[in-house]
Amino acid sequence: MAIELAGITYRYAGASRASLGPLDLSVAPGRVLGVAGANESGKTTLCLVTAGLAPAVVGGKLEGSVRVDGADAAGLKPHELAQRCGMLFQNPSTQLSGTTATVFEETAFGPANLGLALEDVLERTWWALRAVGIEGLAPRDPARLSGGQSQLVALAGVLALRPRYLILDEPTSELDPAGTALVADALVRVARETGAGILLVEHKTEVLARIAAEMVVLARGRAALSGPATEVLGDPRLAELGVEAPARMRLERELRAAGVEWTAALDEALA
Amino acid sequence: MPAATPSPAAAATSSPAAPAAPPSGGLPDYVTRRPRGFYRAMNPATKLAIAALEIVAAFLVPGWPGPIAVLLILVALGLATHTLRGLAIIGLSASPLVISILLVNLFLLPGATDPILRLGPLAPTWSGLAFGAITTARLLAFSSAIALVYLTTPIDDLLADLSRRGVGRRGVFVVGAAVQMVPRTVARAAEIVDAQRARGMDTEGHVLRRARGVLPLAAPVVFGALTEVEERALALEARAFSAPGRQTLLRVPGDPAGDRVLRWAALLGIVVVVALRISGRVG
Repeated sequence: MAIELAGITYRYAGASRASLGPLDLSVAPGRVLGVAGANESGKTTLCLVTAGLAPAVVGGKLEGSVRVDGADAAGLKPHELAQRCGMLFQNPSTQLSGTTATVFEETAFGPANLGLALEDVLERTWWALRAVGIEGLAPRDPARLSGGQSQLVALAGVLALRPRYLILDEPTSELDPAGTALVADALVRVARETGAGILLVEHKTEVLARIAAEMVVLARGRAALSGPATEVLGDPRLAELGVEAPARMRLERELRAAGVEWTAALDEALA
Repeated sequence: MPAATPSPAAAATSSPAAPAAPPSGGLPDYVTRRPRGFYRAMNPATKLAIAALEIVAAFLVPGWPGPIAVLLILVALGLATHTLRGLAIIGLSASPLVISILLVNLFLLPGATDPILRLGPLAPTWSGLAFGAITTARLLAFSSAIALVYLTTPIDDLLADLSRRGVGRRGVFVVGAAVQMVPRTVARAAEIVDAQRARGMDTEGHVLRRARGVLPLAAPVVFGALTEVEERALALEARAFSAPGRQTLLRVPGDPAGDRVLRWAALLGIVVVVALRISGRVG
């Protein structure tokens, strides 16, 4: 039971070279895989391919296989895939439907699309709002939320489809520090309470250090580094790959280089 | 390649996404609550039928009586529903179009031979002024009839009613997106104006100076909107928008007998006005 990408190579329509691959990767339920990389390293493409939107919706050519719990993603329709792999995009404003009057209805948009019985739609909606911790926002107008709040509503909307896996494409990239903290807290809660497998693409390595156990760093569509998150984030090659290590790790490295021992007191002070 | 190990956060539970607790409630009252008051409480389809009758009457009843009567009715409805200010703002926003219609007809109405005065080669005419004023009144009646529906109807109620009446989800979404597009585009344009000002562009003052700022404003608005469409399409697919069958409706606008009678009366009124016009009994 996992999302498994085996030997995949993806090329956008009209592109002269592949944007992704060759690449092998898997995400099991209950696990969080962080993905980092410089701009145009293939992160968003990886998300689209993993969620089955490329090539099904985006077009282009995919080689290799994407299997979701053993089923070939190419054989699944977008709405079937959406119930297995929920995808959250970068921009909170474009992933809300824009046709609902309340956060509650926005969250219910996905289950309602499935034509489920009203009781099921309501149950899923309340559950998703609670899982993200935004029950209090339910009566609000989605058009009048902050960026962080909008991203949480979008996350709840995806969760309401009950996917076994979540594909999160830089969910905090357009958010300020307060919005980033809001979304990161919610992701920790979602990972803990839903047991979904999460593929988290993120520039902000502080967020990855907090949530992901394993990490991949992409460079030109391929995995340049991979392994446990703490090891990858501490790898000296990270900067060459266009990824900045978390501030705490950089500070620790500099202090050690200067001959200062890292102590628990410093950890407490930073916390 | 990595098979991710359980994260400290996720390791607490390894079951697939499923509710950890029973649902906390049914349909909230802020979803089921219907608008109250005269006209506002009507079914959206009834309001649309009335608006259609108003528009047909304004355009097909010849001369002043049609558009003036419709405008008077709309002003009365605006007063009764406390939307007169909104109607006035929407009417004012059409002023560039109104002024251009008046000027074109005033000076250039074909066949007009009753000049008000002569200004060199230009000769504004009484019949041009009258035709321009009637056309303007009709356009105002048209925009006000639509605006009144917009100002008194929650968009969700309209979409839910369309869906209930069998309009496909794509059609319903197009209507909803179109209604929301105007405020979204205005907000985007305001952001771009601010950004261009921050980069030193002068967007105030003389007309020519403003005109020079149109392209740097319009291009990002148009291209941004096109990019947004692509992102929205992907996001919709990720939310099962293309699933087969009918959507589940959370809100179902009421449709009492009085509304149905009114709707049929409005539709009958449209047929009567069209028939009278075609038969030549009016006009």
